[in-house]
Amino acid sequence: MSRSLKKGPYVDLRLFAKVEKNTRREPIKTWARDCTIVPDFVGQTFLVHNGKQHTRVFVTEDMVGHKLGEFAPTRIFKGHSGGKSAKAAAGPGK
Amino acid sequence: MPRILGVDLPSDKPTHISLRYLYGIGPTLSLRICEQANVDPQRRARELTEDEIARIAVLLDREYTVEGQLRRQIQQNIQRLKDINSYRGSRHRRSLPCRGQRSKTNARTRKGPRKTVAGKKGVKEMR
Repeated sequence: MSRSLKKGPYVDLRLFAKVEKNTRREPIKTWARDCTIVPDFVGQTFLVHNGKQHTRVFVTEDMVGHKLGEFAPTRIFKGHSGGKSAKAAAGPGK
Repeated sequence: MPRILGVDLPSDKPTHISLRYLYGIGPTLSLRICEQANVDPQRRARELTEDEIARIAVLLDREYTVEGQLRRQIQQNIQRLKDINSYRGSRHRRSLPCRGQRSKTNARTRKGPRKTVAGKKGVKEMR
């Protein structure tokens, strides 16, 4: 179910404040994977935590409306053992 | 057999049924189109006059996204998800379900026919 429009998008306020201050567009480290990407974020680089490390996410216009976490996969699957054909070798998240 | 939007040839069923042979038109839309084009939905499609067919064609052209255009739109939406490297995009790329369904079992629609792996333990042997 999608979020009620009445509430508006969820934006992590502390992160938003950081983005506004960050005019030099330095990478911002964040754990707020659930934060919606708003138009102000375009052109920023985030280091989104994936549970282990921070994944580099450069925000483009197309990403507006998605959440930061969508771009930092939390799982890596490199295929099953002994898989000779490796047909699922689409690569990790690339 | 009336022809609407080039290739589609709905049969001699009632108009509102045969309109559904167009990609992107289901029960609701087909009835709504009949109403807007002022065509009796219960009349057989083959009984439609040239004029009525033209009205439907114009209406579809102007107000609805169907057939190739709709297919292209859907494809573009998926391509966008892939291009921005989102989780849903990566699920599409691997043809796995992208709305959070389980994929340990089931998900056969997306994964296609079972690929049996030799030597893998079945459910029976696991006990």
